[in-house]
Amino acid sequence: MNFKIASSPHTHVRRKTPAVMLFVAIACLPGIAVQTWYFGIGTLVQICLAILAAVAAEAACLKMRQRSVLPRLKDNSALLTGLLLGISVPPLAQWWVVVIGAIFAIVIAKQIYGGLGQNLFNPAMVGYVVLLVSFPLSMTLWVPPLSLVEYPVTVQDTLMLIFTGYSETGFSLAQLRVDLDGYTMATPLDTVKTALTNQQTYQEILNQKVFSEGTGIAWFEVNLAYLLGGLFLLQQKIINWRIPVAFLLTLTLFSFILHSASPDGSASTILHLFSGATMFAAFFILTDPVSASTTAKGRLIYGALVAVLVFLIRNFGGYPEGIAFAVLLANMAVPLIDYYSQPKTYGK
Amino acid sequence: MDSLIKTIKSGYLWRFPGGVHPPQKKSLSQTGQIKRPELASKYYVSLKQHIGQQAEACVQVGDKVKKGQMLSRADTAMQLPVHAPTSGIVTDIREHILAHPSGLGEQTIIIEADGSDEWCQREGLDNYQQLPPAQILDKIKSLGVAGLGGAGFPTHIKNSRPEAIELLIINGAECEPYITADDALMREHAADIVAGINILNHLLEAKLVVIAIEDNKPEAIKAMELASADEKDIIVRVVPTKYPTGGEKQLIQVLTGKEVPSGGIPADIGIVMQNVATAYSTYRAVIHGEPLIERVVTLTGESISQAGNYWVRIGTPVAHILTQAGYNQPAEGRLIMGGPMMGFSIHSPLTPVSKITNCLLAPAMNELPDPADEQACIRCGYCADACPASLLPQQLYWHSKAREYEKAQHFDLFDCIECGACAYVCPSEIPLVQYYRVAKANIRQQAAENEKAEKAKERFNQRQLRLEEEKQARIEKQRLAAEKRKQTMQEDASAKDKIAQALARAQAQKASRSTDQAKEQAPAQSTIASDSKNNSPKSAAQAAIARAKAKKAAAQKADNEAMQSAADTDQSDIEKTAKEKAQAAIARAKAKKAAAQKADNEAMQSAADTKQSDTGKTAKEKAQAAIARAKAKKAAAQKVDNGEHANVVEPIEQSDPKTPEPTVDKPASGETNQMSQQDDKSQRIKAAIAKAKAKRKQLGGD
Amino acid sequence: MNIVLYSILVLGVLALIFGALLGYAKIKFKVESDPLVDQIDEILPQTQCGQCGYPGCRPYAEAIANGDDINKCPPGGDATIKKLSDLVGVEAKPLAGTEEGEQTEPVKKVAYIREDECIGCTKCIQACPVDAILGAARHMHTVIEDECTGCDLCVEPCPVDCIDMLPVKTRPDNWRWQLQSIPVQQID
Repeated sequence: MNFKIASSPHTHVRRKTPAVMLFVAIACLPGIAVQTWYFGIGTLVQICLAILAAVAAEAACLKMRQRSVLPRLKDNSALLTGLLLGISVPPLAQWWVVVIGAIFAIVIAKQIYGGLGQNLFNPAMVGYVVLLVSFPLSMTLWVPPLSLVEYPVTVQDTLMLIFTGYSETGFSLAQLRVDLDGYTMATPLDTVKTALTNQQTYQEILNQKVFSEGTGIAWFEVNLAYLLGGLFLLQQKIINWRIPVAFLLTLTLFSFILHSASPDGSASTILHLFSGATMFAAFFILTDPVSASTTAKGRLIYGALVAVLVFLIRNFGGYPEGIAFAVLLANMAVPLIDYYSQPKTYGK
Repeated sequence: MDSLIKTIKSGYLWRFPGGVHPPQKKSLSQTGQIKRPELASKYYVSLKQHIGQQAEACVQVGDKVKKGQMLSRADTAMQLPVHAPTSGIVTDIREHILAHPSGLGEQTIIIEADGSDEWCQREGLDNYQQLPPAQILDKIKSLGVAGLGGAGFPTHIKNSRPEAIELLIINGAECEPYITADDALMREHAADIVAGINILNHLLEAKLVVIAIEDNKPEAIKAMELASADEKDIIVRVVPTKYPTGGEKQLIQVLTGKEVPSGGIPADIGIVMQNVATAYSTYRAVIHGEPLIERVVTLTGESISQAGNYWVRIGTPVAHILTQAGYNQPAEGRLIMGGPMMGFSIHSPLTPVSKITNCLLAPAMNELPDPADEQACIRCGYCADACPASLLPQQLYWHSKAREYEKAQHFDLFDCIECGACAYVCPSEIPLVQYYRVAKANIRQQAAENEKAEKAKERFNQRQLRLEEEKQARIEKQRLAAEKRKQTMQEDASAKDKIAQALARAQAQKASRSTDQAKEQAPAQSTIASDSKNNSPKSAAQAAIARAKAKKAAAQKADNEAMQSAADTDQSDIEKTAKEKAQAAIARAKAKKAAAQKADNEAMQSAADTKQSDTGKTAKEKAQAAIARAKAKKAAAQKVDNGEHANVVEPIEQSDPKTPEPTVDKPASGETNQMSQQDDKSQRIKAAIAKAKAKRKQLGGD
Repeated sequence: MNIVLYSILVLGVLALIFGALLGYAKIKFKVESDPLVDQIDEILPQTQCGQCGYPGCRPYAEAIANGDDINKCPPGGDATIKKLSDLVGVEAKPLAGTEEGEQTEPVKKVAYIREDECIGCTKCIQACPVDAILGAARHMHTVIEDECTGCDLCVEPCPVDCIDMLPVKTRPDNWRWQLQSIPVQQID
């Protein structure tokens, strides 16, 4: 008799890293579906492009670093990064935008740091911020919901726009954003930001077309769908409740205080929570395990910190949406947070 | 504490952080009676069965032993004896594989069973209530009772703590999956266990005894409740099933809400915990006088057809009981001693069952699949959520892997109980516990090495001090003797000098002969040295070499005395017959050396001596020199064995090890005999240079 | 002119005051810090083997403090070199006599005297830097295993070559969880 030697424990949970990544990707599906419903199949095209670019970049990097390619690709982390980035970019942005972002996310933000588990920053958000800074025009040109645009965008238009920059009928993206009355439309947060700087009151702003009953058309539903996916992740115990809860609570609190203090000069809590990338970020971006805090207390601090930063950027910063920046800033603070939020060891 | 006991009695339970719920799989072995397998033909009783030192064997090969006979003697408190598991003959006492994850061997008594299984004399203490605790403890110790739950901690030590104990917890939680040994024991021997608890509590005088059982063992709970119904100080407390509730620290936290201080023991907070099986064997030992020679072992896993609980004698090779239980080994199978969470895989079927073996788990191929390759840590934090000690396993892993042990200790590595919950939940299949174990072992090793280095340094310094003292004493003695001789010789020079000279020569020869004796052993020189007829010429040659060396050394010294002796040296080089003068030179050189090492006034004195002999009468000078030389040699010989070695090598060692030490050493030995004149000369020069260098260094150092 | 004089005077007085203050502080608040040599000596493995070219660890520590290379200690291996480089601020080099990247994890050894071959010459006793060898002239010698630093110094002087340097045996107590190493199988 000869026996195999192994180290205890001899039993393991069946859910491995690839499965965890896949679960997160699956939980994105409701959000993606709603997004596609309101903004057209551009979203899907972007996601596909981003995943392809991310996986290809990951494979190339692993090859160059002389690591085994296939086993590491199977951990699905590149897929998830691509997916998250694809969701974040405007649906009708040109193809090279998202490709550059995905490659940057994988090569610079992840592989150069040493691959999975070693990156300091959330790769998808690094990719997003690089794009936002480098191609601000492309990255801010979100088409309004399909129901609001003058010239409905067909599938063919979408593909033409993404791959050539012009629709079949020769319109550019900027022209497509014009509404039935000839106004250019932006995202709700963008609209609020622009209007507030133009001395409009919040109540006046809400009368604009992109809003309906105090929330952004389409954006409310999209956020709801991501909230649903997030709840699924929580139920599956894939993610810990602390980060999303701390994030959403803090954002609610701050926006509530500000909105109470200046109802005309600031967006309402409901708008903060259900527009932009709030829910998507709360459950899918902040909870990226590698770059987030890992202690119980640390997670609360991290979530709250991102919320504060988002709140500050949205209300007082130059950008209408601040999640990507807030996440990256908070990522930098993670080692510090982790160090000072060690739990009390048993018996100490 | 009283209010706490009230709370405990009220049924309140606390909870510990983390924990996991691995599949229980207890049903595999949970049903049926505890079976008794046939006797094995050979038993391997390891002398080391628990933490602490191993006891000394007190039987010899060939001895006939009876079942239960003591096989080893425990002299210190932490030792425990082992006993013969059956009657038979001691066939061997040698290293044999140990029930230990390393698969390494330790001294083991091998007994060939005679099949009669005949008991030795047993003596119980029926009236233990009337006896002093020391006597009961002694009984428990001499019968080898150890904690049967985990580390095999000697029971008598746990029960003789000087601290006041408020609470005795009897651990029947058995939280590891698969294992049902304690469960079976509680079901079948509840009354005996309660009797054992009474003995333990008689020793501890705790205010309350809590028997803790996980809620997945309803039958055992019922049995224990029934058995302890009449005991007002014993309560049975059902705890929720969660791994690792059965861990000592965790169970204390669940039952009392208290935490054992880091690095401390439960007795520090007034609690003692014993396993149910320990209580049972305490009962067998005290009431029936039976030593701990068997225990309940769960044989389980899908590779075992008759899974269940078995009474297994300590020392039974696992192969024997596996055969009895119908084991079909899968290809490349694992055999785990202990449970799937904390058990270790064993190397050999001849591994004996030890006092701490509670389970043998033989999984089928797909039952407990081998972990896949370790993947990158994604810092998901599942491990931190699962850790019952509130550690940060991901940080510990990070630092352990990078061998940053100080940082790992900063994250409380040593508070890890190695329960395996973190590695169980890790989605990247990182063998976290293995990393921690290696880190802990390395840290302990490092600490031991540091301690050893500290000791070595101390010993080295002590030695240096001693050598220095010896040297001073030698020099002092030499000086005194020289003075005395001088005095006597001044009184009666002409008559005595010849005798003294002869004596000195004889002594010198003797000294050099003893040197040769030592040298004889050197293989390179044995052929020469074996020729004993060469002794006298050899010694003469040696003396000559020594002289020359000394002279050369002296010649290179840059003071007026050196100049003088240099003249002498030249003279003696030309006139080989002028031995006496050379001897004088040696004496001078030696005196100089002494002078250099000694305080100023002494140096002055010897310098004066030298001068005197230089200018003085030839006869006297001769004698003096000879005596001095002889004395020096004798002193050197006294020191250890080899005057040349001591005188020449030592200063060099202390000052400049780069000087060609062997070349200095060798000419002094018998080898020189065969050297050609020229070799001899060059060697001498070399040696002299070396010596001079050494001297200069020494002087510079002084 | 006066201004110049005044300024010189003022500055001079100030210099004196501060000098006195500093001098006083130096005496009053003297820090009994561990001298560098002691700190280096702490790091060295104290085998006293002399393989560095110095007679013992302390002399080598002194030499390092005076600028000698830090890579001359074979018993300490890379770990010691790394610690030394951290302490004295010199770049870590591979151990003298080895190539870059070569693993120089030292194997712990102890001296063992084959006792029936020992002639009792006491040479090893003299060589032992930590007095770890017991014995008397013409009597068999033996090594106190716990005290032996594995320095090799007793091997050379032995005239009959009866001293072996044996690697320290791994026992369950000092086993370091090397699960991958293949244990000796016992055939019975």
